[in-house]
Amino acid sequence: MNPPLVEVERLCKRFVKPLDLAARLARRLGADVAEEVVHAVDEVSLAVREGEVVGVVGESGCGKSTLGRMVAGILPPTSGAVRYRGRESAGLKVQMIFQDPFASLNPRMRVADIVGEAPLVHGIVPKEQLDGYVGELLARCGLDPSYQRRYPHQFSGGQRARIGIARALAVKPEFLVCDEAVAALDVSIQAQILNLFMELRRALGLTYLFISHDLGVVEHLSDRVVIMYLGRVVESAESERIFGAPNHPYTQALLRQVPRLETRKTAFQPIVGEIPSPLAPPAGCHFHPRCPQAMPRCRAEAPRLREIAPGHLSACHLNDG
Amino acid sequence: MCSTPVLSADPALRVEDLRTHFFTRAGVVRAVDGVSFEVHAGEVLGLVGESGCGKTVTGYSILGLVDPPGRVVGGRVVLEGVDLLSLSEAELRRVRGARVAMVFQDPMMTLNPVLRVDTQMVEAVRAHQDVGAADALEQARAALERVGIPAAASRLRSYPHQFSGGMRQRVAIAIAMLNRPRLIIADEPTTALDVTIQAQILHEAQKLCRESGTALIWITHDLSVVAGLADRICVMYAGRIVEAGSVDQVLDRPLHPYTHGLIGSVPSRNRRGAPLAQIPGMAPSLADLPPGCAFRNRCPRAAPACAAEPALAPRGGGRAVRCFYPLHA
Repeated sequence: MNPPLVEVERLCKRFVKPLDLAARLARRLGADVAEEVVHAVDEVSLAVREGEVVGVVGESGCGKSTLGRMVAGILPPTSGAVRYRGRESAGLKVQMIFQDPFASLNPRMRVADIVGEAPLVHGIVPKEQLDGYVGELLARCGLDPSYQRRYPHQFSGGQRARIGIARALAVKPEFLVCDEAVAALDVSIQAQILNLFMELRRALGLTYLFISHDLGVVEHLSDRVVIMYLGRVVESAESERIFGAPNHPYTQALLRQVPRLETRKTAFQPIVGEIPSPLAPPAGCHFHPRCPQAMPRCRAEAPRLREIAPGHLSACHLNDG
Repeated sequence: MCSTPVLSADPALRVEDLRTHFFTRAGVVRAVDGVSFEVHAGEVLGLVGESGCGKTVTGYSILGLVDPPGRVVGGRVVLEGVDLLSLSEAELRRVRGARVAMVFQDPMMTLNPVLRVDTQMVEAVRAHQDVGAADALEQARAALERVGIPAAASRLRSYPHQFSGGMRQRVAIAIAMLNRPRLIIADEPTTALDVTIQAQILHEAQKLCRESGTALIWITHDLSVVAGLADRICVMYAGRIVEAGSVDQVLDRPLHPYTHGLIGSVPSRNRRGAPLAQIPGMAPSLADLPPGCAFRNRCPRAAPACAAEPALAPRGGGRAVRCFYPLHA
């Protein structure tokens, strides 16, 4: 088994909304006001092995994007550590691909500069070879190299996604964090980009952390899947196990909700309730208010994430017998 | 499992050769170009296509909501024997919200952010029914309850921003249902929502159709959603319907190469890790469509004959396809 390329250990991110002047004064005078704190990511640990695709799945507000940003190094964690080949800093070896192909490209830069700026600044490619290098990257991502002089607005959504991928590849990364990288694309374009991701993985030996709300996409792409709910990992296992023998009641419910081409005339049986506010998550197991199998213990005590089968982790009291 | 509704002979809505064009400086954009279909009472029709295929404009055209530079330039939209396109704006206002209602992708578009939900709902009831305020309020409460909003009576006094996205979409659906319309047009109503919330909304929509016999047009880009919800599917491409049929017919034995490609593009559990069957290229610009079949530049089966425009030809069993070389032929 390969050693982990990326190790995430007890990573936490808390966002604190500082009190405004009036609230601070009120507190001085003895009023009971506290700062609002969101535990966006709460003690998440995971390891990604070299060449592996790990999917992170969850609904909005579960902390999956925050986790991705910390792993990519663009957001400092509140506590915990991200180690890359055992070291604290990954430098250029980790790159990120963003969701919105419209917002993540500078509209005033030409494609040649969007893709070519970083490798030039970091001395990966000398200036005289830059044109050829950018052209090669564009071709690798399925774009015509002659598009270099164009601006982002001259491209469709799918082409922009390709530019974003070419930009990430320009500094020769080993590890890509893809945050909802295909969510904004049409189905037929999404298929093209998913195929590109798999092709690049084979050709360049890339490792991915693939963050998505779309279980179908994650199932298609990932070797291993991590399911998050309100900042915590509730289950993680090989894809076959997650989709074949899900253990956590949330995972089971989530899988039942996924619309599939194969299911016809379903009587939709939804999970009751909505994701609680991360400002005031329920005590104990975060999922207990929506869980059909909740017990008194679930309200009081948060279940630990523990191994229920080799490589299969789940955080549920039901597994204690 | 839900049983298929018994179809009445007369459809709730019949759209015939609908054409909506946008007259822009860059030329005439044929957003909807000869679209025909029917929806029966209690039936769910999935109108499927990718961005820019004209599915939303079709919905807007039915309700007369197309703004300049767009204009409905031809066709008929027959609701209960009346051609909506022949009505004056004042007459249309009496139809909209009463006999046809629409649910939009972003519920903030339908809800007024500065009015309480009860104010908006009572207004919608009294615009079409001759009832008192108390009666209208009671109808509003009942409608919220029907879409599964807990504590409906107290939630009525909330403002739209006090609801979550999923709850807001329920309110929008409740408003659409208020006057018991014959037809509801839902334009990507769950696209912005999480899977679990989407399932709740689909559950309510399904229940509504089965119980009240409302016809439903569900506009979406997501084939997997209509697979579980719809009775029949119309697939649109470049302003035209390229294939129509029952859900099972279209998804299991697609005839049009575009439908086939679209289905192949959806990640499915049987083909994990395998490359997805992708459709090369991208949808053409509607401003300068080439003559002939609009799909032929991306089509693996294209032949010289495709330079002529294929018609939407019936194929038996209630299905139709717009292709000279259909699959499974």
